[in-house]
Amino acid sequence: MRLPCPHCGTRDVQEFTYLGDANVKRPGADEMSEAAMTRYVYERDNPAGRQREYWHHSSGCHAWIVVTRDTRTHRIESAEPAKPLVQS
Amino acid sequence: MANATQPFRLPQIGLVDRNAPLTFRFDGQALSGFRGDTLASALLANGARLIGRSFKYHRPRGLLTAGPEEPNGLVELRTGARREPNTRATVAELYDGLEATSQNRWPSLGFDLLSINALFAPALMAGFYYKTFMWPASFWERLYEPAIRRAAGLGRAANAEDPDTYEKAFAFCDILVIGGGPAGLSAALAAGRAGARVILCDDDFALGGRLLSERREIDGLPASQWLARTIAELESFPDIRVMRRTTIFGVYDHGVYGALERVADHVMAPAPHQPRQRAWRIVAKRAILAAGAIERPTVFGGNDTPGVMLAGAVRTYVNRFGVAPGREAAIFTAGDDGWNTARDLAAAGVKIVAVVDSREQVDPNLRTLCEGFGAPLYAGASVFGASGGKSLRRLAIREANGSVRTLACDLLTVSNGWNPTIHLASHQGHRPVWNAAIHAFVAGDLPDGMRVAGSAAGRFSLREALLDGAQLGAEAAQDCGLATKQSAPAPATDPEAVAVAPVSRVAGSRGKAFVDYQNDVTDRDIELAAQEGFRSVEHLKRYTTLGMATDQGKTSNLAGLAIMAELTGKTIAETGVTMFRPPYAPVAIGALAGHHRGQDFRPVRLAPTHQWSKELGAVFVESGLWRRAQYYPQPGENDWLTTVNRETLAVRGGVGVCDVSTLGKIDIQGADALTLLERVYINNWSNLPIGKARYGVMLREDGFVMDDGTASRLGETHFLMTTTTANAVKIMQHLEFCLQVLWPTLDVQIASVSEQWAQMAIAGPRSRDLLRAVIDEEHDISDDAFPYLAARMVSVGGGVEARLFRVSFSGERAYELAVPAGYGDALARALMAAGRPFGVTPYGLEAMGVMRIEKGHVAGGELNGQTTARDLGLARMMSGRKDFIGRVMAGRPALVEPDRPILAGFKPVDRAQRLRAGAHFLGLGRSADLDNDEGYMTSVAYSPNLGHWIGLGLIKRGAERIGERVRAYDPVRNGDVEVEICNALFLDVEGARLRG
Repeated sequence: MRLPCPHCGTRDVQEFTYLGDANVKRPGADEMSEAAMTRYVYERDNPAGRQREYWHHSSGCHAWIVVTRDTRTHRIESAEPAKPLVQS
Repeated sequence: MANATQPFRLPQIGLVDRNAPLTFRFDGQALSGFRGDTLASALLANGARLIGRSFKYHRPRGLLTAGPEEPNGLVELRTGARREPNTRATVAELYDGLEATSQNRWPSLGFDLLSINALFAPALMAGFYYKTFMWPASFWERLYEPAIRRAAGLGRAANAEDPDTYEKAFAFCDILVIGGGPAGLSAALAAGRAGARVILCDDDFALGGRLLSERREIDGLPASQWLARTIAELESFPDIRVMRRTTIFGVYDHGVYGALERVADHVMAPAPHQPRQRAWRIVAKRAILAAGAIERPTVFGGNDTPGVMLAGAVRTYVNRFGVAPGREAAIFTAGDDGWNTARDLAAAGVKIVAVVDSREQVDPNLRTLCEGFGAPLYAGASVFGASGGKSLRRLAIREANGSVRTLACDLLTVSNGWNPTIHLASHQGHRPVWNAAIHAFVAGDLPDGMRVAGSAAGRFSLREALLDGAQLGAEAAQDCGLATKQSAPAPATDPEAVAVAPVSRVAGSRGKAFVDYQNDVTDRDIELAAQEGFRSVEHLKRYTTLGMATDQGKTSNLAGLAIMAELTGKTIAETGVTMFRPPYAPVAIGALAGHHRGQDFRPVRLAPTHQWSKELGAVFVESGLWRRAQYYPQPGENDWLTTVNRETLAVRGGVGVCDVSTLGKIDIQGADALTLLERVYINNWSNLPIGKARYGVMLREDGFVMDDGTASRLGETHFLMTTTTANAVKIMQHLEFCLQVLWPTLDVQIASVSEQWAQMAIAGPRSRDLLRAVIDEEHDISDDAFPYLAARMVSVGGGVEARLFRVSFSGERAYELAVPAGYGDALARALMAAGRPFGVTPYGLEAMGVMRIEKGHVAGGELNGQTTARDLGLARMMSGRKDFIGRVMAGRPALVEPDRPILAGFKPVDRAQRLRAGAHFLGLGRSADLDNDEGYMTSVAYSPNLGHWIGLGLIKRGAERIGERVRAYDPVRNGDVEVEICNALFLDVEGARLRG
């Protein structure tokens, strides 16, 4: 597999570390509860198809990126930096 | 004139180099061949027909094919540590001194006692594993399995370590051409002429594919001239890489192809520093699959008799290798292609004794050709029995009118059509589709970027191969953004006919009719599977073992499927299709491992002071990737404990030095640096003054402890964090996640500086005295100026920048001094020199471990991913005034349950007894079962200060049970020690030593 790092270009998958589902969002201070955290920490969809997921370019630029991938075909739809690039 | 020592070598035919004779041995017998031979062709040249014994029935077997699809001709190649089992003789390139041994026979190839298995054939039918040897179950391990393994098996692997090296490599190209036959060559040429970066791989040692095997003309000249011209042009392009002896074995996601290059398989041993094989990952924008086709055998009685060979293979042996596989040949064909073999054999002087064409209508031109051979033509007839034991002697033929005749011959060429080699096209999960016009499966949907050309696409004529190659090569170049010129007209070829009407099996066969030669699967086995309901392709495969083992059914899958279709009254398309997975051909594990074996399995990291420690005689221990000094034995110290006791006492009694460079070090700067620390650590940081360090604990989001360490405030917005050695990489990744994903608006920059700084711990009551002699004079390190937990920039050696931290893992007055990594070795030596008056002692990980256990400091044994801050007695550190990672989940009921095992100290009641980490705690007099389990010992050490073993462990309600006795039960090592629960702080409870 090869992933298109937005900073470094397309690189071999062995340069990256997988984390998982990028749709989960850490609850903010006002919505923090055990139930909300349980959802955040443990509950994951397991889609057969399109999935947004976190990867870390750990042997490259160290960027966390959000890859949109089809879990059935490994087709990569997009790869974007998790941290939005600063607009000049 | 036949060569006297190679009686079947044909004069003046073939591409072998007659000026380069080679000698080799087969089963100990000295034989000769020529450069350019394979082991198979050289064996045939010498008249060797019996090459091995079959897997199950130990039937005599000879060569069926001339290529990588060979099911029978498996040998052990080489000897000793280089012995390699199951090598296909058809792809083993001959070299001088080659040694090969036949397999699966005992005591010898010619006389094999286990061929008696054939008499018990009814017991070895399909599914025999599941039926015959089922009961009693206990017999399996003791009796059945060892017996079966002895009798049925392939070659023997080497017993010694492989002496050769293997490499892994990457390559990138626009267009990967898989196969160097006419289609692949013309594809590479078209792409290369357009300026594409091309890699052309062929598993053979010579390019040309079928052009090497056939007597064909291109543009009115022998094909060899076109071939030579094309290769020369390809090799003139700087951006075309031609890789011979290289098999593409797998197709992976996103245009990644696995390739195995046999760098030195064709020589006795690799040259110095040359790898034996190289595993490539080739990344290609486009690929052209031009892998050709594999000929289909026909299923009839005795079709495994040595001397029955595929027609295309016979042409290869005759035309390429100059070897006649027999003296008197019969031709059995279901199509036009078999006639080419008849023509080439006749031209080479082999007598054609008969042509059996299963088609009733045979082209008049072919009839005329047959008359030219002086041989009878049996049209609409079939061969239903071949016999002769170890070498073919007789055929039984059934004519169109049903009459039967026998025929003497020593070679039968079988032609039943071709299957496109589409394995790679289905490696991404795409199913092949049935093409009724050519009676074969062709690729269906294709992996991204792949095109299929020539025979691999079911377009079997040479003309189509050349056309496809030129067209697809140009198209692929266009896909890569390259302009292609008006292509030259495709070369003209001599006329050819490829019609075929395949025979799935010959009805009324005499003797066993094999479908899968390698697994000894017969047509009767397929019938049995059908009868017993194992009709789906997947069931058929598993019940009969059809299509398994090293050849993966390259010659057998379709035949099996065709028979099943016939038995169930379905079409082949309805019956199913066999999928293919990587690898296409066997790949040695060694090639996939490359240099990652033994010591080099993982990279090794060495501390900046490694050389210094080595000179002091340190014993090193693996700690993750690091090699860390474990202890420094001195002459006369005969066991590690003596050394560690000495080091421990030296630190507590004077001063010791220890490398701690392996700790993770992360530089954190920015307006929000403090906020980041507050969110990732459980404790408070807002009141940490500049110039001070503090101990911190981090949790995972699920509430368990992730890591601990110190952070020092070097400036208002500048911190230096340390992590444990083991978690250095993980914590860096975690902080990057926090900053990029969780809180991207925080104004913080972080950098790992673990490798930039060498760091030495200087511990013991004399540590400040030692430091005073090393640190430049202008820096005041008196206790007033530099109290416990101070952290500041200093300098050493007359101006070398350094960082000094007054932190202690040992519980003694202690410092950690960091210098730029390049000065690490010099610092260690300077500390030793300056410390001589104080008796400075280098100490290692073991002594450090003893001292931290004496002080109840947690480390790897306790920070095991299953403990909470509360479990470790650190609950009070958790700030109630802020949010931090893991806060909410750490409060889950089960994690604050009073019965959860928590950290305590342990001493043996009988102080002479040794403690063991991993022992479980049981109440006194309680039985050793899970219900009575109260926790376990996490770390132990012998304390030379106390004179007995001590331990840290997790036990239910530990804090309330100080003084109580329990059993530390360790059945694995026969340990059962009565221990007393105590405070997890064994020494200097008030911390007087720490502050000096």
